Amino acid sequence: MAMIVAETPPKVSHQAAHFADGLLLDCGVRLGRLTVAYRTYGRLNEGRTNAVLVCHALTGDQYVAETHPLTGKPGWWDLVVGPGRPVDTERFFVISANVLGGCMGSSGPPSPRDEQTAPGRVLPGQVQPWGTDFPPVTIRDMVRAQKRLIEHLGIGRLFAVIGGSMGGMQVLEWAALYPESVFTAVPIAAAAYHTAQNIAFHEVGRQAIFADPDWEGGRYWEHGKVPARGLAVARMTAHITYLSEQALTRKFGRRLRSGPSLTLFDDLFEVESYLRHQGSTFVSRFDANSYLSITRAMDFFDLADEHGGDLSHAFAGAKTRFCVISFSSDWLFPTAQSRAIARALNQAAANVSFVEIESDKGHDAFLLDEPEFHRTLAGFLSGSATLLAI
Amino acid sequence: MNAEPPQGVRYVAKNMRLDLRLIAGMIARQTRVLDIGCGDGALIDHLSRELGCDARGIEIDMAAVADAVARGLAVMHGDADVDLAHYPDQAFDYVVLSRTLQAVERPHEVLRQMLRIGARAVVSFPNFGHWLVRWQLLCRGRMPLTPAWDRPWYETPNIHPCTIRDFFALCRAEGYRVEQWLAADEAGRRAPWRRSVGLANLFGEQGLFLLHRAA
Repeated sequence: MAMIVAETPPKVSHQAAHFADGLLLDCGVRLGRLTVAYRTYGRLNEGRTNAVLVCHALTGDQYVAETHPLTGKPGWWDLVVGPGRPVDTERFFVISANVLGGCMGSSGPPSPRDEQTAPGRVLPGQVQPWGTDFPPVTIRDMVRAQKRLIEHLGIGRLFAVIGGSMGGMQVLEWAALYPESVFTAVPIAAAAYHTAQNIAFHEVGRQAIFADPDWEGGRYWEHGKVPARGLAVARMTAHITYLSEQALTRKFGRRLRSGPSLTLFDDLFEVESYLRHQGSTFVSRFDANSYLSITRAMDFFDLADEHGGDLSHAFAGAKTRFCVISFSSDWLFPTAQSRAIARALNQAAANVSFVEIESDKGHDAFLLDEPEFHRTLAGFLSGSATLLAI
Repeated sequence: MNAEPPQGVRYVAKNMRLDLRLIAGMIARQTRVLDIGCGDGALIDHLSRELGCDARGIEIDMAAVADAVARGLAVMHGDADVDLAHYPDQAFDYVVLSRTLQAVERPHEVLRQMLRIGARAVVSFPNFGHWLVRWQLLCRGRMPLTPAWDRPWYETPNIHPCTIRDFFALCRAEGYRVEQWLAADEAGRRAPWRRSVGLANLFGEQGLFLLHRAA
């Protein structure tokens, strides 16, 4: 049976901004110190009008358009962000921050806890991480942390805030929380709340992590372990939801790895081997407690609920130009969710473009080579940039 | 952006359909406009570029929406029959419905919504009262096929044909004031029957109306 092998992620240092006054979270707890790890691409113009914030999804990070320091792979949005790309770094100054609760250098479960006196033991030379004591965070907390970074970089108004999936949730929260600071907002394959089905899939992933004995009640670092099997199963489950049935059929069909012998444990179908690969590469770059923290933040998200139960109230009086984009085969954040956002924006008399891109690639389409999507995004950004003479 | 053309001269976009030019001629500068069934966005492009309008569009054909958005226009995918209900009252100065009224499920409801969300409505439609339509139905006893009504009955999207007279009657019944109206030929050239509804209804291939709600 192909097992998932535990592998401790190598330590790398990330570019980061530190805020000594911390951050008051939605849960009522104040983080004593706030760290926001980030990357930038392109140059900020003199008027400081060309800044674009790219918000990453659940398992993404700030390495949008460069070789990833852990995996050595190209940036997760290399196709979209870069010179001559839809988010053109020759024209725009692109910022991306690791989300609060993440594991790529921002404050989160793997980062050093405020008080280094908490009970428990650490390996020699290690600082005590937060682990599962990291306070629960929300999408709004993530956005507040990003706002601190943007101010730190001396930017008053962002030309655009762009993101897919959970990144799209952050985009919506940005537009609702800081409307004056967002000229254009592009939520892609997103939703204004997490549905029961979304939450259910996340819960399966969390239970897989809890069930892994190497999780050690959330204190795996004390034992020099990583709950690799649990985290890998969580990733495998989630990965199925990112693809459409057509995409799986096109890529793998019912193809077998070896001869058609009827075995129980062997890596039989190609789709199994693909998922196992996805699971095992994931655990080498992601922290299990961060996964718990961020999935929870997504589950908590309900933008209408933050505004008296009416989504249009979140955008009342908005001057922001919106471009809502969905994909036809996305069943995780289906077009109906994007349409509901577009309608709420109409109700608020906001300036909104809304388009569903025809694609059979499922939720993941926003990460993949989708020329129609790229053309739409490029055109929207370019048209909006002309208004600001960027 | 928003370069002012010389006073008194209405800029006419190259390649814009003539009937869209007539519509643009009814719309004041620097106003908020919603174009329902905006297609590739030629009209809103013209209105925002040349007249400095805040012009937005709704279109049901997804490929056309993607095209328009990729050209930087504020266009959303939507259906006139259901999506207008989601706009607040008086959000626009003009709501335009060009050659689409005859294709919607509930024309009178769409009109009502248009005049709820906008101060004025601009409506154009192919005139089923045109003499050629009448002649073909009279002589051949079959559904007419003309340049304006060019699809056979079993596949036409135009499920609610009406005449210029019919439209006047609807406006009266619903209490809408006709501020301007004209009849045009299929290409959108203004036709000279503006004083006589009867002649316009016989010779105009399409009708174009500017309405507002009676106070």
